[in-house]
Amino acid sequence: MYQIAKKRVLNPTVTMMDIKAPLVSKKAKAGQFIILRVTDDGERIPLTVAGCDPEAGTVKIIFQVVGGTTELLNHKEEGDYIADFVGPLGKPTETEGIKKVCIVGGGVGCAIAYPLAVEFHKLGAEVHSIVGFRNKDLVILEEEFAAASDKLTIVTDDGSYGTKGLVTEPLKAALESGEHFDAVIAIGPVIMMKFVVATCKPFGVKTVVSMNPIMIDGTGMCGGCRLTVGGKTMFACVDGPDFDGYEVDFDEAMMRGTMYADFERHAREEACNLFQKEVK
Amino acid sequence: MPNMSPKKNPMPSQEPAIRARNFKEVTLGYTAEIAVDEANRCLHCKNAPCVQGCPVNIHIPDFIQKIKEGDFEGAYQTISLSSSLPAVCGRVCPQESQCESKCVRGIKTEPVGIGRLERFVADYHNSLENVEVNVPTPNGHRVAVVGSGPSGLTCAGDLAKLGYQVTVYEALHLAGGVLVYGIPEFRLPKKIVQKEVDTLKKLGVDVETNVVIGKTLTIDELFEMGYEAVFVGSGAGLPRFMGIPGESLKGVYSANEFLTRSNLMKAYEENPTTPILKAKRVAVVGGGNVAMDAARTALRLGADKVYIVYRRSLEELPARKEEVEHAMEEGIDFQLLENPVEILGYHNAEDRRDPKNGFVTGIKVIRMQLGEPDASGRRRPVEIPGSEEVLPVDCVVISIGTSPNPLIKSTTAGLEVNRHGGIIVEEETGKTTKEGVYAGGDAVTGAATVILAMGAGKTAAKAIDEYIQNK
Repeated sequence: MYQIAKKRVLNPTVTMMDIKAPLVSKKAKAGQFIILRVTDDGERIPLTVAGCDPEAGTVKIIFQVVGGTTELLNHKEEGDYIADFVGPLGKPTETEGIKKVCIVGGGVGCAIAYPLAVEFHKLGAEVHSIVGFRNKDLVILEEEFAAASDKLTIVTDDGSYGTKGLVTEPLKAALESGEHFDAVIAIGPVIMMKFVVATCKPFGVKTVVSMNPIMIDGTGMCGGCRLTVGGKTMFACVDGPDFDGYEVDFDEAMMRGTMYADFERHAREEACNLFQKEVK
Repeated sequence: MPNMSPKKNPMPSQEPAIRARNFKEVTLGYTAEIAVDEANRCLHCKNAPCVQGCPVNIHIPDFIQKIKEGDFEGAYQTISLSSSLPAVCGRVCPQESQCESKCVRGIKTEPVGIGRLERFVADYHNSLENVEVNVPTPNGHRVAVVGSGPSGLTCAGDLAKLGYQVTVYEALHLAGGVLVYGIPEFRLPKKIVQKEVDTLKKLGVDVETNVVIGKTLTIDELFEMGYEAVFVGSGAGLPRFMGIPGESLKGVYSANEFLTRSNLMKAYEENPTTPILKAKRVAVVGGGNVAMDAARTALRLGADKVYIVYRRSLEELPARKEEVEHAMEEGIDFQLLENPVEILGYHNAEDRRDPKNGFVTGIKVIRMQLGEPDASGRRRPVEIPGSEEVLPVDCVVISIGTSPNPLIKSTTAGLEVNRHGGIIVEEETGKTTKEGVYAGGDAVTGAATVILAMGAGKTAAKAIDEYIQNK
């Protein structure tokens, strides 16, 4: 059992938690992920590590309520326990030789992008962050990003906050203005990462994407998280989650991501019904 | 006077038509009466060739003798001198190519049903309440075991019985390894595995789940933590794919994923939390025991038609005979001498958002014929040009084997592996190229059997004991 040491609601559907997991907290690096189960008969879900405090023995996770399991997790409070928490899994993000980086985050992907901004900032790199959300209410981690970035650009789809538009627009503007980045790192919905890559390609700038496909074990055993990268089958859990954006078959990844769409929608509704009943 | 019946007592089983629709155990086990009758077929040969056929050298005639005498618990104690997991082995061992293949009765007629008797004895023991476990006196030495599958559990059990303080590290949330994620409930009920794990815990073995060695902790850190030796039984958990077009379509699974969803994550239950495709027509590619498990699982999940697609003939099929027979009885359709060349998927060119897009619609196979024997001694299958046909299916499970998991190798300096990724060991001891580190099971050999993994765990336990005592 793993205790929830701290819980903070970031926006109506995104929550941050510090989970007590001393072994994981000593090892986890930016870009890696964990797998958790909320209850003993629950499903295993992967979540990116959003930070660690080895002294307190805690690992920070940020999640969006999208399905039954995240709904259940969101109803847990400080002091409560979850059944399982394992990691760190996957390879850390490569930071070597990167002196100037542009970090592009979309939606809850910003939760994954944030620890990278912190990491690069700590290593002394110049960090430009471009973060995008659907609207003002969904903006998360603004102060944190500001503290870890040399330059922060916020965009919203509807223009209710920051600049109106998509993350690719300020990125393109920066690249066109002659801004040189050693790497662009994109984290967010697959479709966003696909377009970030398309934006970067004409400029030949190295573009890294962080993939988050469906997973079970997270150790390479099931192959459910497989992607086609450079024409080869790769497992996001052990070969990634970071990949060279120019090589990833995004269309296939998007297609595979919808495999259980009906099931997930149903599970979410079930979980909501359950809690409504409890609340009454 | 021995029972001279030429045939084994048949195994009571659920009727094929009924069991093909439920996840309860297929075989029901001998009754005491049948067990004694079967035991009486044993000639109690002095040289006991059956014992040589057993990878862990169970004293077979001795335990069968106890059954004859009606001393079933005594029979269990005899088996447990050599085996830590009799209820498991009695169910999943390939006895026909091991102990029973050497049985003198088997020369002219059917051999003694040794596996069925082993299972009877283990189930008898497990049905007793409050069995006391003799907890050994601790000898003050600590050993870490990586992986809680058959090799790890065996190694841990043997060392614990010698007084070692053993910690077993398991990456998943549940102990048992392939016994819980791979082998289905209808062949090996999970409560039996749980019972075996509980017995080890009573012996003082500490089982730590949710620890991935190579990630959460490294082998070197285990030594720093005070463990004097480490046994690596991390299994062959890396599925192979065929590299044919269409393998990324929705509805294509590795056997590991398909079985893990069903077994470990209980996707077969009503209202599961982990989804699995409830397909109507399924093709399982491969001919091993895992392929049989996947095919029979698909049937139980509600498929109307399940194919086994295997590129050689029935004769070369690597699965146990009993599993193949069970599968055939249940109505699995064996497409032999067929090899997949492509998996086909739905594609609506008019509507990119059609939810059916990307789902499997069929598998294109090509007819094969057997040519000259290859390096493995089996006749090599050769394609017959122009013989392609399409089997209409909505799910494909690829079960063509697994490779050793590379996680530990890649994080342990000094641990060498062969070109297949198997950890290199000294066969007699399980000793690896790294001081104090031993290995066994599928992590060394690639995918093999439960009993071979147990044999390797046993060998390593003995060698670890000698290593620590002589340090």
